[in-house]
Amino acid sequence: MDRRVFMKSGAMSLVTMGLSPSFLRRTAFGAELMQGAARHGNARGKTLICLFQRGAADALNVVVPFGEGAYYRLRPSIAIPRPAVSAGRAGAVDLDGFFGLHPSLAPLKPLWDRGIFAPVHAVGSPSNTRSHFDAQDYMETGTPDQKGTHDGWLNRYLALEGTCEAGCAHSAKPSPFRAVSMTQQTPRILEGPQATIAMNSLDEFSVRATGPAADRLEALYRTGTADVVHAAGGEMFEAVKILRAANPRQYIPQNGAEYPTTQLGQRLKQIAQLIKADVGLEVAFADVGGWDTHVNQGGSTGQLAQRLDDLARSIAALVADLGDRMADTTIMTMSEFGRTVRQNGSGGTDHGHASALFVIGGDVKGKKVYGKWPGLEPEQLYEGRDLALTTDFRSVFSEVAAKHLGAKRLETLFPGYEAGSKDWLGVL
Amino acid sequence: MQHTDVHSTPTDGSRMSKILRPLAAAAIAALMGCAPNGTGSLSPSMGGATPFVVVSPTEPREQTADQQVQHALNRLGFGARPGDVARVREMGVDRWIALQLAPDRIDDRANDALVATYESYRRPTQEIVAAYRDGQQVLRKNAKQQASQGDTSSKKDMRVELLRADPKLQEQVRQARRVVGDVQSVKLARAVGSERQLQEVMTDFWENHFTVYTGKGLTRLFVTAYDRDVIRPRAMGKFRDLLGAVAKSPAMLFYLDQFQSTVDSTHHPLREVRLPRARAAVRGKGLNENFARELLELHTLGVDGGYTQHDVIEVARALTGWTMNPRQQAEFVFRPEIHDADEKVILGNRLAAGRGIEDGEQVLDIIARQPATARFIARKLAVRFVSDDPPPALVDRAAQTFLRTDGDIREVVRTIVTSPEFFSRSAYHAKVKSPFELVASALRALGAQPDTTPRSAQVVAFLGQPIFGHQAPNGWPETGEAWMNAGAILNRINFGLALAGGRIAGASVARWPEADALRSASREQQVDGVVRAFLGGQASPDTREILSSGENPLAKKFAGSADTTAAATMTMAEDDPGPMRRAANAFTRPVQLSGLAQIVGLAIGAPEFQRR
Repeated sequence: MDRRVFMKSGAMSLVTMGLSPSFLRRTAFGAELMQGAARHGNARGKTLICLFQRGAADALNVVVPFGEGAYYRLRPSIAIPRPAVSAGRAGAVDLDGFFGLHPSLAPLKPLWDRGIFAPVHAVGSPSNTRSHFDAQDYMETGTPDQKGTHDGWLNRYLALEGTCEAGCAHSAKPSPFRAVSMTQQTPRILEGPQATIAMNSLDEFSVRATGPAADRLEALYRTGTADVVHAAGGEMFEAVKILRAANPRQYIPQNGAEYPTTQLGQRLKQIAQLIKADVGLEVAFADVGGWDTHVNQGGSTGQLAQRLDDLARSIAALVADLGDRMADTTIMTMSEFGRTVRQNGSGGTDHGHASALFVIGGDVKGKKVYGKWPGLEPEQLYEGRDLALTTDFRSVFSEVAAKHLGAKRLETLFPGYEAGSKDWLGVL
Repeated sequence: MQHTDVHSTPTDGSRMSKILRPLAAAAIAALMGCAPNGTGSLSPSMGGATPFVVVSPTEPREQTADQQVQHALNRLGFGARPGDVARVREMGVDRWIALQLAPDRIDDRANDALVATYESYRRPTQEIVAAYRDGQQVLRKNAKQQASQGDTSSKKDMRVELLRADPKLQEQVRQARRVVGDVQSVKLARAVGSERQLQEVMTDFWENHFTVYTGKGLTRLFVTAYDRDVIRPRAMGKFRDLLGAVAKSPAMLFYLDQFQSTVDSTHHPLREVRLPRARAAVRGKGLNENFARELLELHTLGVDGGYTQHDVIEVARALTGWTMNPRQQAEFVFRPEIHDADEKVILGNRLAAGRGIEDGEQVLDIIARQPATARFIARKLAVRFVSDDPPPALVDRAAQTFLRTDGDIREVVRTIVTSPEFFSRSAYHAKVKSPFELVASALRALGAQPDTTPRSAQVVAFLGQPIFGHQAPNGWPETGEAWMNAGAILNRINFGLALAGGRIAGASVARWPEADALRSASREQQVDGVVRAFLGGQASPDTREILSSGENPLAKKFAGSADTTAAATMTMAEDDPGPMRRAANAFTRPVQLSGLAQIVGLAIGAPEFQRR
């Protein structure tokens, strides 16, 4: 349905009558709104959740190429054992006889079996930088090796879709919750002219006043002129009301979903809350650190295993909790680059090149590891040390943006990326 | 046409400063006798190197006299403190502006003394770098040791343990961590407390124009010197001097990768390195265009400034050899062995082969004096001082001043802030405050003591504008829409409530100088007092009515907000959840406000206070 129409017209009165916004969907009035929405090209009701693993996750121990002999030669003490021979230590969770998941990712195996989970391997940025800063910047702006890009690609997406073309200028603005980052600061990927919200938690998204002060503040913004300050303020109070109606404090995850008590788990839980509250969430973002495992990264257990345990249980809970709504949801992970194929002298791995990412969702053609596998023999490595790149991250990002969100102008989304749809892997 | 009151003949700007320079001393002498104390007082100890030029209007201004005072305080500074309006009115707004344009004539010793209390802010870069290096070495050595013993604890756990065992190292790491917090805190404290308000506005402007990001690697070690030695002393000087100092600053050399840029394999270095291994080491990296590109696009000519991709490459080639060793001396050095000594052509200017550091100097000379640069800088300043879409005629005049004075920033600003456009009705309250401006102006209005902890600066970050925290090289937006969205307004409103509830260090409604007189006054009088102090005396009828409505204030209810302060402080002291969480904590617990504090809290959250 169209969140913009919903925002400005009948929804508020329904909310104040104590009806949840999702009620709208099922009313005749709602149906009318949805028709209107179709005219505005924003009737998809789709949500994309992007998860950034900051610090460069070690792709080879995440999606394990246990079929490669070189993998075990180059990683004598940190390799994940083969599924079949994993006596004592937990081995990889077999996916297709060649690749397996790190044992900590076992909670994602059911998603693989359901066919909604597609790992993509040897994917990343064509830039040869090994700087976290630069590589994250490139992945978030969507322009590898271009440092002058001021906005993030998700913000450009917001400008592409949903903004009213000529003819609907009179209708109201997009939902203030259209793009939400569960982070303290607006991340680079969402930076830009389109309005987004960054917050630590839904609890914080309210006026922290008790008694009559809150009502008076609201009145301050309800009155007066239609300038930028009033407009933003008025929108904010509507957003707060919507959220209050969704009642985040009373939230109980569904389908037995158990979110970890970690920051990531809690943030994904709140993204689920927003989705279920039908507040018009289209793009959500969260990030999680701890992947820069130069020292003692461990194998089946240890540092990396702990990070992956959090990641897997958080994602599994989110998918379970969203239930049927996964049909309209795509979760995409990303990390700025991979790590060296060889383990280093400190039981860790150093900055590498290609990485791996996950695409999970109802319209994902899962149960397949995507991407051409470049191999790990010496002559197959990038600069003699790293997993070579066979898929540009923009191929996956643009396919998801186009097929899931309905983005059309890909050349605006990823300027300078000439492959366009030709290099899509068919993940969706 | 304008005239000055120290020289009665109407004259145009170009002749004015020449004529006035010899007269300046006499003018100062005359002024010293009558300048009031406090804001903008002339320092008897100051020598007065900067010309003092009072430009008075020849035509009536659109703004009322009261508006002009408010406007000047809001634009040339971070808003009025208690008593400022009266002082500026008494001195005369034109005289106050002239004084702000000559900051070395303003006594700012109280603020200097405050700044001197910041330990890390006094340290030379080399010391900061050395402390960081020592800490890293110990940690690295220990990590190796632990790895060889098969210890699998995480890097973070290891660090915590190591620091617990070694108090000296702990102190060193603590000091290193303070560097960024201190420079952020100093900057806000100065905006709140300095008498040289325009100096602070201009420092903020240039630190945003030449932005660097502390989150990028070692940049954080260099921001102290960047603020203290690079930007601040040149904020009202010649643009070329500022540009050169920025280009050679460790902060910028690191942030935009210039220090890594070397002659590429298709060109010849100025000095050959004989040993093949050394050659590979110095020449392995090749050209890095990052700084050259932003230098043209963001620092000087502007994106449509008439340069080509070829110019970017040629500028990058000319700047090769401008480098530093970030982990050792951390100061600018020119290295001939990585400098591209072949011929370059930049914007039609031929740079002959075989030259060294002068290549880069000439590039800066050329681009600093381009009309496109003059226009780009003039417009950006007009956007900061006048409106988001400044009148083209004003931008033209400011750009002309730039070209005529060889990029004298002070004179460009003077052209703008003494113009009829600056004092136009449409410019009044036309700008939306950035979070930094919002926090500084609220603290000033409340007469708050500058906070020397990092906390208030963290509040600025919480509101979306971490100081030296903009990742991309384009800096924070200078226009209003970018700051106005649902999330931003919410945080601003909550900031007002937190401030009025006594949750921001150094600030309290109870200690607000106006509070004594207002505490037992009627609600209407309280509203008048708050509107005067926070909203420049002008509130929409709606705002006034909303501030006025509600129960009559009771002295004991007002006193209740002091308890809130104590409670908040206690909660924050419990454990250290990290600076960002601390800033967030001030916002997350609901505030119960009544009486005067409630009016103040509402006023800071009002639409009028979001503007300047």
